[in-house]
Amino acid sequence: MDVVNQLQRQFIDYSASLHREGFLDDQFTQLQKLQDDNSPDFVVEVASLFFEDCEKLINNMARALEQQQGVDFRQVDASVHQLKGSSSSIGAMRVKDVCVAFRSFCEAQNREGCLRCLQQVTHEYSLLKNKLQTLFRQQILAAGGSIPVVE
Amino acid sequence: MVLKLQQSHHHQSVAVKGNEQMGTKRGYTFIQSNRDWLPKLILLWVMVMGFISTWIYKKMDADNNVRREEVLSSMCDQRARMLQDQFSVSVNHVHALALLVATFHYYKNPSAIDQETFAEYTARAAFERPLLSGVAYAERVVHSGREKFEKQHGWTIKAMQREPSRLRDEYAPLIFSQETISYIESLDMMSGEEDRENIVRARATGKAVLTSPFRLLGSHHLGVVLTFPVYKSKLPPKPTMEERIVATAGYLGGAIDVESLVENLLGQLAGNQAILVNVYDITNSSDPLVMYGHQNQDGDWAVVHESKLDFGDPFRKHQMICRYHQKAPTSWTALTNVFLFFVICLLVGYILYGAVIHIVKVEDDFREMQELKVRAEAADVAKSQFLATVPHEIRTPMNGMLALLLDTDLSSTQRGYAQTAQVCGKALITLINEVIDRAKIEAGKLELETVPFNIRSIFDNVLSLFSEKSRNKGVEVSRDKTNRKPSLAVFVSDKVPEMVMGDLGRFRQIITNLVGNSVKFTERGHIFVKVHLAESTQPVADTKVETCLNGGSDEGLLISSACQFKTGYEAADERNSWDSFRHLVVDEELRYDAPVNTIDEASRGITLMVSVEDTGIGIPLIVQDRVFTPFMQADSSTSRNYGGTGIGLSITKCLVELMGGHISFISRPQVGSTFSFTTVFKRCNKASYNDTKKSIVELPSGFKGLKAIVVDGKPGKQNGHVFKLPKVILLAKNITNVELEKAKAAGFADTVIMKPMRASMAAACLQQVLGIGKKRQAGKDMLNGSPVLHGLLCGKKILVVDDNMAHQRVFAGALKKFGAAVECRESGKAALKLLQLPCCFYACFMDIQMPEMDGFEATHPIRMMESKANEQMNGGMDEDSGRKGEWHVPILAMTADVIHATYDECLKCRMDGCVEAL
Repeated sequence: MDVVNQLQRQFIDYSASLHREGFLDDQFTQLQKLQDDNSPDFVVEVASLFFEDCEKLINNMARALEQQQGVDFRQVDASVHQLKGSSSSIGAMRVKDVCVAFRSFCEAQNREGCLRCLQQVTHEYSLLKNKLQTLFRQQILAAGGSIPVVE
Repeated sequence: MVLKLQQSHHHQSVAVKGNEQMGTKRGYTFIQSNRDWLPKLILLWVMVMGFISTWIYKKMDADNNVRREEVLSSMCDQRARMLQDQFSVSVNHVHALALLVATFHYYKNPSAIDQETFAEYTARAAFERPLLSGVAYAERVVHSGREKFEKQHGWTIKAMQREPSRLRDEYAPLIFSQETISYIESLDMMSGEEDRENIVRARATGKAVLTSPFRLLGSHHLGVVLTFPVYKSKLPPKPTMEERIVATAGYLGGAIDVESLVENLLGQLAGNQAILVNVYDITNSSDPLVMYGHQNQDGDWAVVHESKLDFGDPFRKHQMICRYHQKAPTSWTALTNVFLFFVICLLVGYILYGAVIHIVKVEDDFREMQELKVRAEAADVAKSQFLATVPHEIRTPMNGMLALLLDTDLSSTQRGYAQTAQVCGKALITLINEVIDRAKIEAGKLELETVPFNIRSIFDNVLSLFSEKSRNKGVEVSRDKTNRKPSLAVFVSDKVPEMVMGDLGRFRQIITNLVGNSVKFTERGHIFVKVHLAESTQPVADTKVETCLNGGSDEGLLISSACQFKTGYEAADERNSWDSFRHLVVDEELRYDAPVNTIDEASRGITLMVSVEDTGIGIPLIVQDRVFTPFMQADSSTSRNYGGTGIGLSITKCLVELMGGHISFISRPQVGSTFSFTTVFKRCNKASYNDTKKSIVELPSGFKGLKAIVVDGKPGKQNGHVFKLPKVILLAKNITNVELEKAKAAGFADTVIMKPMRASMAAACLQQVLGIGKKRQAGKDMLNGSPVLHGLLCGKKILVVDDNMAHQRVFAGALKKFGAAVECRESGKAALKLLQLPCCFYACFMDIQMPEMDGFEATHPIRMMESKANEQMNGGMDEDSGRKGEWHVPILAMTADVIHATYDECLKCRMDGCVEAL
């Protein structure tokens, strides 16, 4: 039990640190609260949906921005908007913040700025993904289970 | 009652008299007491000033005269001196001539002078003697030598009358004469009385002697004759009279024309015109003889100056009298000065008089005012006393009427009327009671009693009373308004002792008034009563749950270990803000273990600080300063909107002050008002405490340390909270039995508390739940959500339309949590398919921004479809649509940016609402 307790504390600490560093906000906490016996993997499910979505959108944006001339900023903007919605629904605060900046560059049709933001978004996204994976692993451990071999 | 009134009148008249006495005492001043003397005083003043002016004029005039006299005297002296000088010059010439005669006629032998020589010499030297009309020499001839003399000269000695002289001792016939007066040659000078006297005196003294003035023969001018003796031989150094007489050889004489002399002299001097000069011979002092000037000439006799003249004759005295030609002119300067002075004095007098009159008038007015004031005050007192007594007389029969109104069997119509009458009558009695209170306070007849009572139970009672009222209000007004009723809550600090001594009724009245006001003017938000000891500067620190919750609030109300309070509305007084309560909670957690009761038992009085905060319409700034004035209301329109007499707050203020406290308020229009007051109670002693303790419910002591979360409100705000509480108590306002059954069937409610939740009821309920709680492992199999919400959504089909998968998933998860059956679609088109009629969805949440077809676009065809269907089957009914007679799926927009425009657009597209989703 001690080990479990320790693990649980570790999990809580880690999750708190994620909040502290601004990776996650209250929305994520809300998500965690929604998870119950009926849907035990709710958070993981939503998170993986989010990651899929993100990768897709990032690819879209990268492709759109790669074009040397005639960048379709409206398309980029739509993608960023969607990314922003997704990130805020999962509570990924830092990704959301970058999206806000991203959108303003889109409105200004600033390709340089957009590219910079895209880089940032990618960075933040991968960072968050790592963090969340760690978190989930800890969560499972804390719940007393073993680490799935998957991923 | 008549007796009472008389008494009061008597009392009042005594008061008036007292006041009058005071007034008159104060009214007596120096001026007032001497006011009759004022006209006399002003007359006296004028007279005195007149005298002073005259005196000044006289003084100035006298000064003028003195100056005039000085001028006159100096002029007169000058003239006298000059006259004297001129005269002595002439005398000297005659003297020189006498010496000449002596030298050449007597010392030479034979004589070197004869008549011709003398005449020629004198004529040629006449310029030296301009004033002498002529000179002549008479020889002394004794009677014995007369014949010889006559023989020698060839003529006889004649007397003045031109006849041969009679016999005398001696004669003085003229032998030499200037040609101008040759007609007197051979005349005997001794024959004339005056000449003889002159001659005798001259030879005796050896000096020039003068006659008294007389008219000269030639010119008819006044003149004098100057006589000088001539001696035959040289006299010894100090000759005696006899020696002189013996040695006398003859006499030299000359007539001096005094008149021309003076005339000449005056002509040379300035200021000749201004003065008149007279010269007198005053040898005989009783009869002065005029030598010059006219005796009767006009002139100013007021100012006269006399100057002594010395012509060298010791036997004769002369004087000069000068005076001004004209009278002294009136001194206009002096007159003007004096006149101005007088005028100024008059003006000063007038000003003083005016001032005094004014003072008198003002004082009179003042006294009159004071009298009127006293009368007005007396009238006011009378009015108050009337008001204090009369309503009693009204109230008593009124009560009787109301009591009997519904006593008999009445038909339904009659009963209805009678009930209306009773309601009206009760309202009237309430009003009368207020008036009585007010009047009693004004008349100083209100007395406070001192009984022990429990503060918390008072608040409990009052609050429940008002929640009752507001619930009734909610029933009466339209449905959507019920949601907007304010929530009601009370805090009582732990430091406040349970039992205090004081006037329970009046304290209750104060609270009722304030809370009643707040309820009246607050449409939404909260009304919050806070009680703590005035000594603690910090806002309530150690607080226990003492809540009276009134449902119906639009917003969530959450009360945790101590009390958290938030309705989302700003309050006027920021001290009661949400943040400060968060602090409270922290405080509470930190010092939970500390001993709660730290009150010093020895301290006698307890000062309680009570504040009543609301989020109502507030008090307009312009009327804030007369809030406590009786019968004042914010304005007439408010009066119409809210009713009331406007007397409540003034009564409250009076009561608070009677109880030794103060009342104040902070109010911001459209934000809310916070009324705070302090009261002083006596500490309750043990005995009385124990008596009453039994009768009240032991309230919160059993629950110390328990944590509770109370959730109340709508979905969307609190859906995500994790509740780890062991028991769930359903709070409901008007719960029907069916709903109750349903709730119990859902298996989450341990019990139901009817709102408003009163502390006592809550306590009982909690006890019940905890008592049975042991049996069930409550909480683990409970859904972690709002029971109410759960009840609402359980089993309902809900459609969520969102293209964002993550978002969709989250939202669906949240709804599922409350037992809803959720369908998800990713586009508007897909949603349209599902929503074809007859549809079975309880509600539809739709994202606004979606590719292909956004929320607005999707809503439009749905609404079109529904309205068509409604037209076709008018009056149709469907279980799931939730509304009678028409198809209408509630469509709620989801958007990240809920700005107002978006919300308006939602409504325009006939959506039912807008949810701020992420």
